[in-house]
Amino acid sequence: MAIDVRIPTILRTYTDGAKAVAGDGATLSALIDDLDGNHPGIKDRLVESKDGGLELRRFVNVYVNDEDVRFIGGLDAQLSDGDQVVVLPAVAGG
Amino acid sequence: MLTIDQATYDAIVAHARRDHPDEACGVVAGPEGSDRPERFVPMVNAAGSPTFYEFDSTELLHLYKDMDARDEEPVVVYHSHTATEAYPSRTDIGLASEPNAHYVLVSTRDCFTSSGGNNEGPVEFRSFRIIDGEVTEEEVVVVEQLPPASPPRSDP
Repeated sequence: MAIDVRIPTILRTYTDGAKAVAGDGATLSALIDDLDGNHPGIKDRLVESKDGGLELRRFVNVYVNDEDVRFIGGLDAQLSDGDQVVVLPAVAGG
Repeated sequence: MLTIDQATYDAIVAHARRDHPDEACGVVAGPEGSDRPERFVPMVNAAGSPTFYEFDSTELLHLYKDMDARDEEPVVVYHSHTATEAYPSRTDIGLASEPNAHYVLVSTRDCFTSSGGNNEGPVEFRSFRIIDGEVTEEEVVVVEQLPPASPPRSDP
């Protein structure tokens, strides 16, 4: 199973500058664990502990085939072979 | 140093005035690595707030896919402060995630009348680099038009 993962500029320090990497996982959570195995440290930039569990960080957006994962199960979002996952930090401030 | 053309500068200021007292936000895209702010893209502030801005997540994806297809990057990321100076707030610094971008801050705090209406008061326009939590102000040079782009490198 291969998932195409698009990496934003700010996280390319973890991927040796690569804009896209291949990953594996039946859910977003499994994919993030897989990515962290190959690019240690990246998981901590994507998720945070909350109420004893893990949650996607508030200012990180992840899309599966153009759908914001917040609307399709968050970290439990299902993935299939050939899916495209895009990671984009929020553009936000005060 | 940020070099920006007058029309784009005016468009950013007009957007900030129009959305006052809410914060306005957007980007100016340009060819990757060129440092040329060429394509003005105003965005909706999904937070609709006088103290916060955030691009809508769906529009954010469209913007980045569009830039990707054009080999562009966000050369300028701009937003307004409507009651404080044009200097990055702690939130701005904490959330800045484009190390290559010029972060433009526009302040419209002197642009409203006592009854709350907009007027033609002065707008503050400043630019910063925000990298790893460190803010560096830079000079803003407004030109009539950007100089011609250097021609693409051809193979020898």
